[in-house]
Amino acid sequence: MVEAGDFTALAAEHLDRLMPMHVIVSETGHIRHVAPTLAKLLPGGDLAGRRFLEVIELRRPRNIHSMEDLRFAVEAPLHLRFRGALQTTFRGIAVPLAAGKGLLINLSFGIAVADAVRDHDLTNADFAPTDLTVEMLYLIEAKTAVMNESRNLNRRLQTARIAAEEQAYTDTLTGLKNRRAMDHVLARLTGSGARFALMHLDLDYFKDVNDTYGHAAGDHVLQNVARVLVEETREADTVARVGGDEFVLIFDRQVDPDRLRGIASRIIERLEEPVSFDGKTCRISGSVGIGTSTLYAQPVAEVMLADADAALYASKRKGRACATLVNEVEGWVGEGADREKQTA
Amino acid sequence: MHGLINRSIQCFLRDTYGSDVWTEIAADAGLGFDNFEALLVYEDAVTEQVLRFAAERLDKPVALLMEDLGTYLISNVGSGGLRRLLRFGGVSFVDFLHSLDDLQDRVRLAVPEIVLPALEVRHSTMKSFTVVCSFDRPGFGHVIVGILRAMADDYGALVLLNHLGGNSGIEVIEVEVLDIGFARGRSFALGASVT
Repeated sequence: MVEAGDFTALAAEHLDRLMPMHVIVSETGHIRHVAPTLAKLLPGGDLAGRRFLEVIELRRPRNIHSMEDLRFAVEAPLHLRFRGALQTTFRGIAVPLAAGKGLLINLSFGIAVADAVRDHDLTNADFAPTDLTVEMLYLIEAKTAVMNESRNLNRRLQTARIAAEEQAYTDTLTGLKNRRAMDHVLARLTGSGARFALMHLDLDYFKDVNDTYGHAAGDHVLQNVARVLVEETREADTVARVGGDEFVLIFDRQVDPDRLRGIASRIIERLEEPVSFDGKTCRISGSVGIGTSTLYAQPVAEVMLADADAALYASKRKGRACATLVNEVEGWVGEGADREKQTA
Repeated sequence: MHGLINRSIQCFLRDTYGSDVWTEIAADAGLGFDNFEALLVYEDAVTEQVLRFAAERLDKPVALLMEDLGTYLISNVGSGGLRRLLRFGGVSFVDFLHSLDDLQDRVRLAVPEIVLPALEVRHSTMKSFTVVCSFDRPGFGHVIVGILRAMADDYGALVLLNHLGGNSGIEVIEVEVLDIGFARGRSFALGASVT
């Protein structure tokens, strides 16, 4: 049978290749050999002949002051640091050499491997080919690149999400369409030559509700208004909240002035029904301006909106809570030669 | 194909031929966008469309375009990351060549979902090698040629490269190393600061 020692008798250079960060310490506690990569890290030249425990500080296990103590730490995980300028901490393990030959202490970088490699400018050749340190460095670098890319992607997605929300067509408080949606509907209708009516509604006394009972009451009232507007219109019509207390209703293929006036009256009537919120009674009303596509040879969204707005203000001047048709407004000139001058 | 590949193609075309040209190619290829996300995966057909329309627009054979792409990936300043990652493969150009065997596994450590050409390196003498590139999309061997050419420069090695063609998903590249220390090469430190 072959003695174990026959296998382990290694030439120093081979030991250095296998474990380029080991130290051999004699029975007396003196350093006999420092492997090349470790030697590269240590300033102050050759450590051979110096006492091991004077050169290194054992941080774990503690209370190791002599070679005798160190022998008890054989095969235990060691955490250590070189005394002096070198800040790098190492992990290590000590194993006894043949009787009377001292200890072999093999070291490696701990978790701070990346910093250590950078600080000491180590290369592939400084590590044993079996050591995965280089793979670890590669991974750190590759993962960092991927993480950066991922962060960028998240930032772009976040920006896109905000943009998408801004572009969404729904008013989040009331569930009605928003101004953007209304613009689209109007653009489509004016472009296609369809017959339709446009009703501009502005709530009366809403500011008082907000100021007196607070925004929660105001929001409750707005939601109630939205419900009334949806109930008083047909599926094909468009109801949009285009400002704090402003609404635009678009009636598909409905251009009869009397019918429209009737709808407006009903809406105003229902808006005037008291709404209770948190034990308080909120009262509002509404003023309306009504225009129809048939009043224009070539309806233009901006013009129709401006005219409906003017009609709405005529209603306000008349004492609120009523509806006015665009062509009833004083000074209405229709599509005359002065039209452009007037709207400019 | 993985966004990293598509994005590389995009950056190559944009940096080499200008963003207007890239935008045109993206439109010709019917992408509906002009910015690939590096971490998303796209249909293979998308990549093929882009390469086809790029070759048409630039009036260059696809093979040549792909070789230029490979060179760009290494020598472009902005993509220093890839050059560094490949340099982890070895201290010399020959070490690097041998490390190509593991390239696919290495890349998958960092980006598990990516599918790259599998490379197998064989050497007939100490100085002549063949790299066998297996990939289900043809033409990517030319990208490898470009990468090898640029990496040889990076290591300061003088090499002759020859794409021997191939079929059914296999392309063969001949590499002859004339002088391993022909020029100084670019420096490489394992532990460069990671940003």
